[in-house]
Amino acid sequence: MIPAAFEYARPSSVDEAVRMLADAGEDAKVLAGGQSLLPLMRLRLAFPELVVDVNRIPELRGVREDGDTLVIGAMTTHHDVIADPLVRRHAGLLAAATSTVADPAVRHRGTFGGSLAHADPAGDLPAVVLVMNAELVAQGPRGRRTIPAREFFVDYLQSALEPDELLVEVRIPKADGWGFRYEKFHRVAQAWPIVGVAALVRRGDGHIAEARVGLTNMGTTPLRAAAAEEALSGAGDPEAVAQAAQEATQGTRPAQDSSASPEYRAHLARVLTKRAVLAAAGMG
Amino acid sequence: MTHISLKVDGTTYEDDVEPRLLLIHYLRDRLGLTGTPIGCDTSNCGTCTVELDGTAVKSCTVLAVQADGSEVTTVQGLAHDGEWTALQRAFHERHALQCGYCTPGMIMAARDLLREHPHPTPDEVRHGLEGNLCRCTGYQNIVQAVLDASEEEVTA
Amino acid sequence: MSETVEREVGRARYRKEDAHLITGQTNWTDNISVNGLLHLAILRSPMAHARIDRVDVSAALQRPGVIAAFSGRDVAEAMGSLPCAWPVAEGTVVPDHPPIAVDEVRYAGDPVAVVVARDRYTAADALEAVEVDYTPLPAALDIEGALAEGSPLVHSDKGTNRCYDYRTSDGDYAAAKARADVVLTRRYHQQRLIPTAMEPRAVVVTPLAASGDFTLYSSTQVPHVLRVLLAVTTGIPENKIRVVAPDVGGGFGSKLQVYGEEVITLVLAKRLGRPLKWTESRSEANVATHHGRSQVQDIEIAARLDGTVLGLKVSLLADMGAYLMLLSPGIPILGASMYPAIYKMGAYEFSCTGVFTNRTPIDAYRGAGRPEATYAIERIIDDLAAELGMDPVDLRRHNWIRHEEFPYTTIAGLTYDSGNYEAATDRALALFDYDKLRAEQADRVDHADTVRLGIGVSTYTEMCGLAPSRWLGEMNYAAGGWEAANIRVLPTGKVEIITGTSPHGQGHVTSWSQIAADVLGVPFDDIEVMHGDTVLATHGMDTYGSRSVVIGGVAVHEAARKVVDKARKVAAHLLEANEADLDFADGVFSVKGSPEARRTIQEVAFATFSSHDLPDGMEPTINAEHVLDPDTFSFPHGTHLCAVEVDTETGAVHIRSYVCVDDVGKVINPVIVEGQLHGGIAQGIAQALYEEAVYDEEGNLVTGTLADYLVPGAPDLPEFVTDRTETPATSNPLGVKGVGETGTIASTPAVVNAVVDALRPFGVQDIRMPCTPERVWQAVRSGPSGSSAQSGKEASA
Repeated sequence: MIPAAFEYARPSSVDEAVRMLADAGEDAKVLAGGQSLLPLMRLRLAFPELVVDVNRIPELRGVREDGDTLVIGAMTTHHDVIADPLVRRHAGLLAAATSTVADPAVRHRGTFGGSLAHADPAGDLPAVVLVMNAELVAQGPRGRRTIPAREFFVDYLQSALEPDELLVEVRIPKADGWGFRYEKFHRVAQAWPIVGVAALVRRGDGHIAEARVGLTNMGTTPLRAAAAEEALSGAGDPEAVAQAAQEATQGTRPAQDSSASPEYRAHLARVLTKRAVLAAAGMG
Repeated sequence: MTHISLKVDGTTYEDDVEPRLLLIHYLRDRLGLTGTPIGCDTSNCGTCTVELDGTAVKSCTVLAVQADGSEVTTVQGLAHDGEWTALQRAFHERHALQCGYCTPGMIMAARDLLREHPHPTPDEVRHGLEGNLCRCTGYQNIVQAVLDASEEEVTA
Repeated sequence: MSETVEREVGRARYRKEDAHLITGQTNWTDNISVNGLLHLAILRSPMAHARIDRVDVSAALQRPGVIAAFSGRDVAEAMGSLPCAWPVAEGTVVPDHPPIAVDEVRYAGDPVAVVVARDRYTAADALEAVEVDYTPLPAALDIEGALAEGSPLVHSDKGTNRCYDYRTSDGDYAAAKARADVVLTRRYHQQRLIPTAMEPRAVVVTPLAASGDFTLYSSTQVPHVLRVLLAVTTGIPENKIRVVAPDVGGGFGSKLQVYGEEVITLVLAKRLGRPLKWTESRSEANVATHHGRSQVQDIEIAARLDGTVLGLKVSLLADMGAYLMLLSPGIPILGASMYPAIYKMGAYEFSCTGVFTNRTPIDAYRGAGRPEATYAIERIIDDLAAELGMDPVDLRRHNWIRHEEFPYTTIAGLTYDSGNYEAATDRALALFDYDKLRAEQADRVDHADTVRLGIGVSTYTEMCGLAPSRWLGEMNYAAGGWEAANIRVLPTGKVEIITGTSPHGQGHVTSWSQIAADVLGVPFDDIEVMHGDTVLATHGMDTYGSRSVVIGGVAVHEAARKVVDKARKVAAHLLEANEADLDFADGVFSVKGSPEARRTIQEVAFATFSSHDLPDGMEPTINAEHVLDPDTFSFPHGTHLCAVEVDTETGAVHIRSYVCVDDVGKVINPVIVEGQLHGGIAQGIAQALYEEAVYDEEGNLVTGTLADYLVPGAPDLPEFVTDRTETPATSNPLGVKGVGETGTIASTPAVVNAVVDALRPFGVQDIRMPCTPERVWQAVRSGPSGSSAQSGKEASA
């Protein structure tokens, strides 16, 4: 399959990219890693008139520290996220989840920011930035703005980015001392998750002091399992964790598709929440 | 049309291409480098895997214009003076191919794997090749070939 | 004649095929480029069933770089109707099948129009400019529903969706059932599978306008069959068509076909007088290349309390899809003889109804009818063991044909020449550590573990070597089943084998070299094997149905024997000896008693080339051809054992160990045999656990790409432990039985039996394939009522 024709632009700075997007309006698409966009274009499910390739903008790549925050350039590849020592040290959950994304070749091209901006609820990383309380920084003609992760994912394949905005970096509070686990349930290694659960747990004195649970593919956006998080607070043994995990599906609206029914997805969300939290809490 | 200049298997090429031209079609149809085949539309099968600036990518999911200024290595650029690489030898000696259609992509993915994990476990090999499908071998001999080659593969 | 030393047969030779494949010096059909080559693209129906009211290609023709565009009506006359060579039963309904739909589209993916352009990108764009008006029609989308009263008709002119009814029986099943203590009835579903050879199809036609000759390159398993049927279908004389199968990237039955695209490309290349290429994309392949399986199987087994099987009754509904392709009706019938499998019984009834549905046509997929049969019998034998409280291996032992009983004629009428089920099973049980796993299984049940262990058994046999021509004739198949080999000994002593088989991964070049090297006594490396070109290999029936070694390989062996016989005459003449006084060993003729009087076969070849001094009246050649029509099938068998861990919380199935001991008779190259098994097992596991072609309620294929159709990758499959017993076939001089499909046939029931075995404590007796985590979870939750099986234990008087 072959993409429809398009105009191509390769800006060398964020300002230039934003100008191009502003000029083009709705008909432009940002080409990040291209690992989701190009297949969609080949299948002619997407046919932008202008493709703005942001791969040659050095300022969009790389990981740095800013006090208690990790700043990851939107165009940092999955491969580089996984390998980055700062990410490994301060955001182990992100490294773990990213290593389950697609396959090594795709991870060489695919980017952290690209997969967030794609806003696919079946993607592994949206739920992760949600539980890490990340902030996403967008730049547009009106300047920069910071969008909390919980406001970023608006609907199925729809983010809070305006058509003329570019996601430039993601700011993640360091999760030092938090236990973590990403439980991904998929039918074959390459397949999208039926459900995924991202768990971050801070242990107190023999119990869970605070737990954050993010759900992949349990609705049209990634979700926080708020009721389960609340119930997990203070849980001191596997039995209590299992009990609390039952709340994981509150407020979810899992889809029916060829890989699973909503009922099964809900069941998996509860089981995987239990497993992820137990592992993250070191109770597994 | 966009002007591009890139090096493929050691040779520099300059061409004017449509922006939508996929790297795999540039290699196959424009350069006649048909050693790298294409097997799907969704980047799942991995048959089109090549190296772009030293890392494995799926050339069906990269535009030719994105390879401008880069260096591409295909399976056709591996052997030197008829001397196969350790991976090519191991694939032959372990009967790691039958129809051979997935083989170029498998070899390129395996090179990538061995760069990152010079001494992988069988499980690491299987996961390292998760983006490449084979319909003939059941993967067992491919895994064994990569393990064999891991002892001696020197990547360029 | 003294025995030749077998230096090559049985040896783990590295493959001659590999060098060009691992260096990228390949010749896939899509690689072919010639001056003036044009590209063809096909517009396909987005609907399962619709009337075509209008096709307008004029806007497409206006686009720069577009050379031609046609609707189905524009070219219908020149293209004819695609052939079905196997109308199995009297009165089989064979609908007209235009390569491009004319009045109606009958499945999502049915071709509607074609465009020809200067390159593939221009062609793809031009498709979007073709205008088609459809009136949607109701569609028949499932096998049972299509037979129901009032169902939409796939071919309204035929008045029915029933394609054929076929039945066969032996013994008195009703009487057997009446005598039985236990009667089990089950319904199994063979899901639709998409074969997914890694190379999508491609066709290139180069016309030679002056002479009216055409060369058609196609990614096909069957260049010879294709040539005949292209001529019959298009009216282009057969002698004007050359068909070449270049490197072919896998087939698994999906390229055993005469496809519309082959006809379209040929006819349009003729009409335009230009070379033409069509290359299939993967998402096109998923709807346009034929699918496999898709049957509903009702099976009933009658047995005594001691486990003795008395009879078997099988009733199939077999999906044909929207049209009959080359072998569609015959595929389920290939399984008809295989349901009784390795078991002795007194009565057998088989019936099959072919059914049209508005979906992609069904035809051969690895095993073709036999995996379905093996699945059903091996599943119900496991169920019978559970019902009787017997160990499934013991129950099989109680009923199978013992090794001293061969040759044995089964209730289905096949005579198995040889086999040793005891030896293969004993070996497999030992390798598997069966008793230890059973103990662990019981332990997990005792502890109510979340993760259960299941053990699946499959003791299969299959019929290989399609096929004796006479049998094919009796089955109403249009062609024969012979195979040809030609051996040329060149003046310098090098050897060329031309085989009628058409390999696409099986390693014929290597194996045929090994076979001929032993007979001729020439070095392995001195032999070339050529194939896949109807100009070169004038005689051939191609590669499918595990036929290649059993027929084509044996034909090589016999042709080589003819060469030696001819060479013996020349050698005797040169040595001034009687033929009877010559020994032949390791490529050397020598006179008995005076070993210094000798001529190598290479010397004989040169002497024949110069022809200065040949026996009076002898033709100056030692080259020979052999065309072999087998007397019977061959019957490989084996025992496959699978242990799975089933996570009862999530339904996830993990294959913990997989052991198989196969008996494929004499082995030419053990590494190639093992490779065939690995790949076959992988495809069988894929059916058991992963793959299914899913349609939505409108009849659109949901699993249209490799992102949705789940072909397992390396992390999804276990390491297989393989071993062999070797009981030579007695039906051919090499003792070979065939191995191409055994793994696929054996493994699917082994895996599903294991999954069900793990869940029997929950009351589960069946899980529909593929055993997805959700289906497993549902089965665990709901026990017996949650399964698709209908249990019927009927006590008889």
